[in-house]
Amino acid sequence: MNKVVKGAADAIQDIKDGEVIMLGGFGLCGIPENCIAALVKKGVKDLTCISNNAGVDDFGIGLMLKTRQVKKMISSYVGENAEFERQLLSGELEVDLIPQGTLATRCMAAAYGMPAVWVRAGVGTEVAEGKEVRNFNGIDYLLEYAFDAAFAIVKAWKGDTHGNLIFRKTTRNFNMPMAMAGKITIAEVEELVPAGELDPDGIHVPGIYVHRIFQGSNYEKRIEQRTVRTKS
Amino acid sequence: MKDGYYVNLGIGIPTLVANYIPPGMDVTLQSENGMLGMGPFPFEGEEDPDLINAGKQTITEVPGTAYFDSALSFGMIRAGKVDLTILGAMEVSEDGDIANWKIPGKMVKGMGGAMDLVAAAKNIIVAMQHVNKAGESKLLPSCSLPLTGVKCVKKIVTELAVLDVVPGKGFVLLERAPGVTVEEIRKATAGKLIVEGEIPEMRLD
Repeated sequence: MNKVVKGAADAIQDIKDGEVIMLGGFGLCGIPENCIAALVKKGVKDLTCISNNAGVDDFGIGLMLKTRQVKKMISSYVGENAEFERQLLSGELEVDLIPQGTLATRCMAAAYGMPAVWVRAGVGTEVAEGKEVRNFNGIDYLLEYAFDAAFAIVKAWKGDTHGNLIFRKTTRNFNMPMAMAGKITIAEVEELVPAGELDPDGIHVPGIYVHRIFQGSNYEKRIEQRTVRTKS
Repeated sequence: MKDGYYVNLGIGIPTLVANYIPPGMDVTLQSENGMLGMGPFPFEGEEDPDLINAGKQTITEVPGTAYFDSALSFGMIRAGKVDLTILGAMEVSEDGDIANWKIPGKMVKGMGGAMDLVAAAKNIIVAMQHVNKAGESKLLPSCSLPLTGVKCVKKIVTELAVLDVVPGKGFVLLERAPGVTVEEIRKATAGKLIVEGEIPEMRLD
């Protein structure tokens, strides 16, 4: 069950033009920095990226937008990226904006082997356009389908050679549901250990969901909004 | 706000509410990116890039903090476990519709978690300016911008007033900001304003 690959370039080598990929993280928190860099280097294009956010102009998915590798973004919030907004308003980039909980739950549905879920978010708004509505106990719900992504790319704190993953603090975010939702899941981790060294009681994503794993390097972990208080 | 409440605070003005929770009140802040028990900003030099809130700001833990993923986070929101949601808005209608995610052709930031929150929370308060930058009222007969949620806002707090939103009735004025007259509030409110009896001033203490 050794799922270890040499590095990011190897992990993403079979991602082709036009592929649908999921990218974990929330804002710049817990994003798969090494794989994004490898995708930029590989130059693969016409990608559909499912990711809560689109990075900032010069980091995260913003790097792939700058090189015009993204055809479509499926996201909930893209407000931090001027280049994204420019490409969108000029019609160069397609975007499907969907509620954040719906985004997470469509990952979860894929992870749990469920074809679709009923959610309330978006009822009565333009998000509901063209969607099946059903009333349960007096409340309307929208039918939302599980995502179908060829690859999920996530970043974890620790992982082992079997692909078991542990996340740190708020980096669980979309990394966990996406790790379990991809047909092929690629995990980059800060610390890769032999199977048996992680506490089985503390595993967040069991290795059955993970197909490729490698220890990343040179994490920048950029902070988007540095907010502090002063000692009084 | 009450003892024992789980509260989700939206980005912007609502975030400031955290600074005014009375000492001793037992309120747990939920951040939809995956945290219960959100603490204050870290001291300088102690920022942790792995620990942010939904506004992408660096924050800290409090005793009893719990972390989880985004799917579970919205699961607890959807299941009605969060008692109170306070969020910002561009427009609110007299039926309680809210618009806060899109200005067609101009601004396309996205709805983030707002649609999920307003569809699920039992208790939704909007904290916003009474008028927009152009001086136009944000309390309208009906919203002109794309909606975030339908008939969901229960209360509005602005720099001028506190109002209940009663579908079929309108904006019911509860309190005035200190020094603000009912007439000033009426002028800034495009939707139907209901004024019943004497309107007290807000207590700011």
